[in-house]
Amino acid sequence: MIGIEHYIVVSSILFVLGVLGIFLNRKNIIVIMMAIELILLAVTLNLVAFSAFLHDLTGQIFAMFVLTVAAGEAAVGLAILVIYFRARGSIAVDDVNRMKG
Amino acid sequence: MIQLIAFYLFAGLVVLSGCVTILSRNPVHSVLWLILAFFNAAGLMVLLGAEFIAMLLVIVYVGAVAVLFLFVVMMLDIDFATLRAGFIRNFPLGMLIALVLLGELVLGIGAERAGAIHLGTPDGNNAAVAGASNITAIGALLYSRYLFLFEAAGIILLVAMVGAIVLTHRQRGDTRGQNIPRQIARRPEDATVNRSPAVGEGVVL
Repeated sequence: MIGIEHYIVVSSILFVLGVLGIFLNRKNIIVIMMAIELILLAVTLNLVAFSAFLHDLTGQIFAMFVLTVAAGEAAVGLAILVIYFRARGSIAVDDVNRMKG
Repeated sequence: MIQLIAFYLFAGLVVLSGCVTILSRNPVHSVLWLILAFFNAAGLMVLLGAEFIAMLLVIVYVGAVAVLFLFVVMMLDIDFATLRAGFIRNFPLGMLIALVLLGELVLGIGAERAGAIHLGTPDGNNAAVAGASNITAIGALLYSRYLFLFEAAGIILLVAMVGAIVLTHRQRGDTRGQNIPRQIARRPEDATVNRSPAVGEGVVL
C-alpha cells in the first residue's frame, strides 16, 4: 500500500533536483526559473499528499495559493528577462549587477 | 495493485523528466520535459484523490506557464552554448549541495518515522465533507472560510499581469495609436456640414 512516505520521498527527490538545477545552470536564467518551478511542484505535491493522508483540505487550498504565486512569479520573471535581453542582447546572469537601474 | 503500478510509473516518470529538465542542452527540450513532469505530478495528485489541484496543475502549468516559457525561449535569440560553459565546472559543487540537502531531508523523514516529531492533528474544521466530491468540498471551503485569501490571490494575479504588461510594453514610433484627446476634442460642427445644393449641381467640398 502506498503511504505518505512514498510521496515525501518523491517530492524530496524533486526538490533536490530543482536545487541541483539552479547550481548546474548558473548562467542560464531560463533553466533556473524552470528549476524553481520544479521546487514549487515538489512543495505542492507535499502539501497535497499531507492533505490527502490527514483528511484535511487545508493543504489543497494552500497548494492552490502556491500555484497562484508560481504563475505570477513566472510571468513577472519572464517579463524582466525579456526587457533585460532587449537592453543587453544576452541573458547571462553574471553581469546583472551592472544594470544599475 | 493497479494503484501501486500507477504510483511507481508516475513517480518514476516525474523524477526522470525532472532530471532531464535540468540536464538538457536545449532549453526547448527542457520546457517539454518540464511539461511531462507536471503531467505526471498531476497523475500522482489524482491518485491521492485531489482531482481539482491536479486539473489546475495541468491547466495553469501546461496551458499557461510552460507555453510562456516556450514563447520566451523561442522569441529571444540566445546563444545557449555559451550559457552552458560553466556546466562541468559547477557540477561538483552542485552535486555536493544537492547531496547535503538530500541527506538533511532523509534525516528529517527518518526522525519523523522514529516518532520523535508529532505532526499536528487536523482540527476537523476543514475536513472533507463525506460524500461530496473533491471540487465541491474545495469550493465550499474556498468561498466561505478562505474567501479573503482567495481574493488576495486574485489581486496577486492582477498585479502580476499589470506588472508584466508594463514591463514589456514598448512604445514604437511607427505605430498609429489612438489619439484620445484629439478624438474627445472633435465636435460635430467641426466634422459635419449641412448643404442644400440646387438641382443639377454637385457639392464642392
